[in-house]
Amino acid sequence: MPHIEVDGQQIEVDEDGFLITIDNWNEGVAHYFMKEEGIEELTEEHWKLINYLRDYFFQFGIAPMIRKLCKESGFNLKKVYQLFPSGPAKGACKLAGLPKPTGCV
Amino acid sequence: MSESKTPLLDDLEKGQWPSFVTEIKKMAETKPMAQDLLSLLELSYKDKRGYWKHGGLVGIMGYGGGVIGRYTEKPEEFPGVREFHTMRLNQPSGWFYTTKALRTVCDIWEVKGSGLTNMHGATGDIILLGTTTDQLQPLFNAYSNEGFDLGGSGSNLRTPSCCCGMARCEYACIDTMDLCHNLTNHYQDELHRPMWPYKSKIKISGCPNDCVGAIARSDFAILGTWRDDLRIDQAAVREYVEKGLDIQEIVIDRCPTSALNWDGNELQFKSEECVRCMHCINTMSKAIRTGVDKGATILVGGKAPILQSAFLGWVIVPFMKMEKENDYQEFKDFVEKAWEWWDEEAKVRERIGETICRLGMRNFLRAVELEPIPQMIFKPRTNPYVFWWPEDLN
Repeated sequence: MPHIEVDGQQIEVDEDGFLITIDNWNEGVAHYFMKEEGIEELTEEHWKLINYLRDYFFQFGIAPMIRKLCKESGFNLKKVYQLFPSGPAKGACKLAGLPKPTGCV
Repeated sequence: MSESKTPLLDDLEKGQWPSFVTEIKKMAETKPMAQDLLSLLELSYKDKRGYWKHGGLVGIMGYGGGVIGRYTEKPEEFPGVREFHTMRLNQPSGWFYTTKALRTVCDIWEVKGSGLTNMHGATGDIILLGTTTDQLQPLFNAYSNEGFDLGGSGSNLRTPSCCCGMARCEYACIDTMDLCHNLTNHYQDELHRPMWPYKSKIKISGCPNDCVGAIARSDFAILGTWRDDLRIDQAAVREYVEKGLDIQEIVIDRCPTSALNWDGNELQFKSEECVRCMHCINTMSKAIRTGVDKGATILVGGKAPILQSAFLGWVIVPFMKMEKENDYQEFKDFVEKAWEWWDEEAKVRERIGETICRLGMRNFLRAVELEPIPQMIFKPRTNPYVFWWPEDLN
């Protein structure tokens, strides 16, 4: 399995770059991924979505469906793509440290 | 002569048919990627199991669909297919290309991908088989510069597709190609940004012959039809008979609803019995034509087995005018109401047909604001009870 290096720490990721273990996540991980996902700076709105995804995942063990994500975060899908240009699944979930979503988000 | 490295695959080259093995071998002469694909497939045939991992998540900026991530389970043995992603390109309506366009598609793909294509996939798109993650964005940029766009994949609107319609076929009751183009442009967000519980497909056939298999393969099937009478040229009918057509056996007896009768001189037609199966038109196309008041039948719920078995679409709207001048607004209003209900109610990976099956047709009809009508009935009901809406009870 490939690794990424964040603040001197080696973290295991899958072939698409998603964290294998969510416990290895820290804010540095989000900063590490943001460039490759086309994000210049993590704003308050980015963190709102990242924190929502993490809370949902810890509560239910999966990523939320898009409709739920939009309803509960208050962002429409267009806004989500503005924040995370590679999309809610490939972008937002990766920055939030969630394992690779399968079919939802 | 050295022994073949792919004896099992070689077997698939025998016989008079085209062989995908032959095509991959041709590409393998210049592409190591294609050679590893062959070797991996040979191993799969030998071991009787696939060596592809399930699911990958790759894509290009701004899009959530259009690329399907593929990785082999044996990257060390077959490094050429370590990453072997599929890209979908949105096909033109009715699959009409200039040769220049086809060359452009292939030239770009040969440089940045495996060079292997599948023309076309079941959804209708141009399928480009096998490229690496670092080539995805450059590929998209190159295709985009040439006027191409990605097709749908994942839980989004899949690339709408249609038969060649009025471009080549006299049976076409609607302009399938224009409708397909219009819907594709109108629903770009739905096509590129997965937002639903699962995929949703729209397929359009110009007549009930349904050459794109819309009834069985799409959530929303639009089939061209007519609501007035068949146009019958009696002289042309007699000509068929004079030339030896056994009209009684081939046409009359095979009409599923006995709507036709032949008295030896004239073909009689009972309009109210006709279910527009196309049999008589297909058999005597010079003598019988569709009516002139044309539109489409809308069927909902067709799909392949996923959560439940395969479904054929149900007739939901027996006749809808497909009006270019009105930008096909009536259909758009209908499909948007249906999507909204499905998106709210469906479980993950549930197609709209399955949601209707689980929650009941009456709930679906209420959501899309349609009254139940006899054409929607699949078979006479067996349940003697009447279910009232809660608000109808005092």
